[in-house]
Amino acid sequence: MMELVCPAGTPAALRAAVEAGAHSVYCGFADETNARNFPGLNFSPADLAEAVDFAHARGAKVLVAINTFPRAGAEAIWHRALANAETCKADAVILADPGLLAHAADRHPSLRRHLSVQAAAANPDAINLYAEAFGVRRVVLPRVLTVAEIAAINRAIDVETEVFVFGGLCVMAEGRCSLSSYATGLSPNMNGVCSPASHVDYSEERGELVARLGGFTIHRTPKSAPAPYPTLCKGCFTSGDQTGHVFEDPVSLDASRLIPELAKAGVSALKIEGRQRSRAYVAQVVRAFRAAVEAQAAGRPLPDTMLARLTEGQAATAGAYAKTWR
Amino acid sequence: MPSDMPHLSPLVGLAARPFPLLPVSLALSALTRRIARAHPGLMRRLGPAAGRRFLIDAVDLPIVLLLHPARLRVTAHRRTRLPVADASISGPLSAFLAMLHGAEDGDALFFSRDLNISGETEAVLALRNALDDAELDLTEELAALSGPLAGPLRRVLALAERRSGVALHRADLPGVWT
Repeated sequence: MMELVCPAGTPAALRAAVEAGAHSVYCGFADETNARNFPGLNFSPADLAEAVDFAHARGAKVLVAINTFPRAGAEAIWHRALANAETCKADAVILADPGLLAHAADRHPSLRRHLSVQAAAANPDAINLYAEAFGVRRVVLPRVLTVAEIAAINRAIDVETEVFVFGGLCVMAEGRCSLSSYATGLSPNMNGVCSPASHVDYSEERGELVARLGGFTIHRTPKSAPAPYPTLCKGCFTSGDQTGHVFEDPVSLDASRLIPELAKAGVSALKIEGRQRSRAYVAQVVRAFRAAVEAQAAGRPLPDTMLARLTEGQAATAGAYAKTWR
Repeated sequence: MPSDMPHLSPLVGLAARPFPLLPVSLALSALTRRIARAHPGLMRRLGPAAGRRFLIDAVDLPIVLLLHPARLRVTAHRRTRLPVADASISGPLSAFLAMLHGAEDGDALFFSRDLNISGETEAVLALRNALDDAELDLTEELAALSGPLAGPLRRVLALAERRSGVALHRADLPGVWT
């Protein structure tokens, strides 16, 4: 059966994920070492130790995302996170920075290493380099590849692949995207925050919900329309007499119907996005996807996930997996 | 496109309108102190946001609430005299309670426009995440404050929950695969 890798922003969400059928849960420490460094979220080392015990007692694994890029001179924060993950008996760490991967391979050789999507490794040459140089055992693929491209990559590599199947859809070169930095000075890559809440302002103006990021108006949503996240990549902008989404529409990924094709393409693990979401989201999405991977493994028709209400834009897409554009 | 979250009947709002504010404030502050004692991790997760003042505007009630976590205080206010706040959250009472009890996702309620926020977004997020991790159950918290009346209170709240469709206890789904 394909492994279901599920998000947890809090210990309560981790318990909800395990109870709902997660094979693995990924989470991060409450600091800049992980790419979801949001207020009120994440784990202390003591939280993580308890969470690992809870998960292991129920046959689930815990993967720790340490997937931002260390600042020069402050590497000790990231090194400490690695040591804490190992002490807490995490099953793997999810890393992006080559320097941190080298440190992990050297100082924590028995700690399984996964390559974060933040490394943006999207071809066999890049993946094989990470595997050979740093002993990476699994790579999380960027959300820009078709199923056929994923199958081709799997034929040319010896490590496991993990792909996103549900949640926020990032179509940028992850780990390289600087859109948030332009508006706020803070990025997911260095600070663990995309469009940080500290720089977001919402107001009602003439019946519209106006979202501003770092003082820039990102979108104006009419009263009856779904509200999107205040990210620049999904902003609606006016230039001259044209108004529209420059990069992408505010929709979410739902590749549940593609699970059989992803299995045929050699994918080992399916990842659900959403460490910033509540335990209610985690429970509903994990439950639906566990039923789907069980059905796929048994050769039964896939059940409908019925999760549109939980998605940004309240609309879903299969994203690049079923790409119909150039 | 707001979802089908239930709204309280306007009659409930009318009936509650003449209710004096002080007893409401005292009762809710006692509940807040009880929750802070029973869930110490909640204040830790709130961090600096504990010092912010949150306006909780349940749009189907005749009053608004001002939550000041650092002072362990909740005060009730008439809509005609809104208090100064650092952040505000508005929506039907059922949306607040469903989110608090883990029955609905806060982001989904924001996408659907059931919940609106303004002011310090960072403080609102911290509050939402801290409350979600605390796994609160208001029925049990109120029962703990009710001494010998806990049993009858549980039965009354369970009946109110069934009749209104508003979540009044934690939504725990049984484990399926473990």
